[in-house]
Amino acid sequence: MSGFFEYIGEMAENAIRVTGEIFLMLYQSVVWMFVPPFKLRNLFKQMEFVGVKSMFVVLLTGSFTGMVLALQSYNALKRFGAESLVGPTVALSMARELGPVLTGLMVTGRAGSAMATELGTMRVTEQIDALYTMAVNPIKYLVVPRIIAGILMLPVLTVIADFIGVAGGYFISVHVLNINPGVYIGRTIDFVKVEDIFDGLIKSFFFGLILSLVACYQGFYTKGGAEGVGRAATKSVVMASVLILIADYFLTSMMLK
Amino acid sequence: MIKITDLKKSFNSKKVLDGVNLDIEQGKITVIIGRSGEGKSVLIKHIIGLLKPDGGSISLDDEDITAMDEKELNNVRKRFGMLFQSAALFDSMTVAENVGFPLKEHTDMDEDKIMEIVKDKLKRVGLVGVENMMPADLSGGMKKRVGLARAIAMDPEIVLFDEPTTGLDPIMSDSIAHLMLETQKDLKTTYIAITHDIPLTYKIADKIAMLHEGKIIETGTVKEIKASTNPVLMQFVEGRAEGPIKVY
Ligand SMILES: Nc1ncnc2c1ncn2[C@@H]1O[C@H](COP(=O)(O)OP(=O)(O)O)[C@@H](O)[C@H]1O
Ligand SMILES: [Mg+2]
Repeated sequence: MSGFFEYIGEMAENAIRVTGEIFLMLYQSVVWMFVPPFKLRNLFKQMEFVGVKSMFVVLLTGSFTGMVLALQSYNALKRFGAESLVGPTVALSMARELGPVLTGLMVTGRAGSAMATELGTMRVTEQIDALYTMAVNPIKYLVVPRIIAGILMLPVLTVIADFIGVAGGYFISVHVLNINPGVYIGRTIDFVKVEDIFDGLIKSFFFGLILSLVACYQGFYTKGGAEGVGRAATKSVVMASVLILIADYFLTSMMLK
Repeated sequence: MIKITDLKKSFNSKKVLDGVNLDIEQGKITVIIGRSGEGKSVLIKHIIGLLKPDGGSISLDDEDITAMDEKELNNVRKRFGMLFQSAALFDSMTVAENVGFPLKEHTDMDEDKIMEIVKDKLKRVGLVGVENMMPADLSGGMKKRVGLARAIAMDPEIVLFDEPTTGLDPIMSDSIAHLMLETQKDLKTTYIAITHDIPLTYKIADKIAMLHEGKIIETGTVKEIKASTNPVLMQFVEGRAEGPIKVY
């Protein structure tokens, strides 16, 4: 029994320590963000990395999610005779919720895990120590560009997911469910406001921060050789995914107030 | 001169360094020997400020490295070069980008000037025409050479070597030994190497220090070490399983 409480105590202690360390890394990154010189080349490389790594899965999940949303909302709305509202339902769900969340989760799985692996490898092969010895701060050199890339690229990828999702919904609605295209588009424009898209993009901004910060944290503090690198990648995916879903709830509840 | 005084370091209550005292002379090659896991890497990482000790000090020209903040340390680190055990080349960069990295970060030189220096340093370590290769495509010995070229890119006053020959065959080890001697001789750089490679030690050392159970138990020239009657030292340099050092 005492073993159980010890276990709980250890978990709590760990959670507090990790939270502190993550916020410390965030603080250091923000400070270093404004210390010259600014090397844009590093940033562009990371933005490209996030974009290229994740584009394909974002397109795939975006389109199929839009398509399945059309089927489900048609099935539900038909019961109230409101089939004409399939368009706005798909668009609102994508823009406010599924676009940002699915993009966040997909980029976490692709780019986030790759970031953790890369930094973890650099840690266990002493490349991070080498940066220190060459008087180059690894937070500025490695972490800052990755975090900015995450923050900037997530909204971009989310817009793409929204767009392709709506297009998928349109395709199924018009060609499979035989909804009038004019009605579909007209209703969508009537009901969906710019604010809806904007709220989704604010979410994606936070998700980008969460996934890149968590990936950098797990990679940067990797211990224990190649095995440790694998562990860091797994931990970063689980931790970032859970945090994204939790953050999603709180952001949504604030936005809908 | 570097003066290490009563340096102490523990990890999770495990004592690794237990009062290390050592003077390192300028312009000489000092080799610190000791068994694997004795804390040689921990010691060398303190010299360049990667680790903070629990007690004691390391003074470089009468300034205490262990008391410096990150900014002061970075100024001191520009006087150092370090070759890591695994070479620690950046795998995302070419050989030329690796060697030129400190120049690009800390000088205003243009690309052409940097490339000129990179080629010169690579030639010094016996490498020609490898500029555009990636670290993953290099052999272990070549990696160490590139690592050495990067360590001396900024013409440092002091170069640290963490096991420069571990994992290399005897012939490659010998060529690294020659390389260290040649690169050190020209500029009279201070070299500090840690190793358990006794033939290497005898080839290059001006001064040898043995680290055992957290302390420096013996120092001396090659001649003095060879003549030593300290049983722990003798067992180690002769590589015997029997003796005062227990093997588990
Ligand atoms: N960052 C660290 N955290 C915990 N223990 C460490 C750390 N670095 C080294 N150690 C421990 O210190 C001891 C000495 O390690 P090291 O200096 O690498 O030995 P070596 O003489 O082979 O270079 C080992 O037992 C190692 O596990
Ligand atoms: Mg070592």
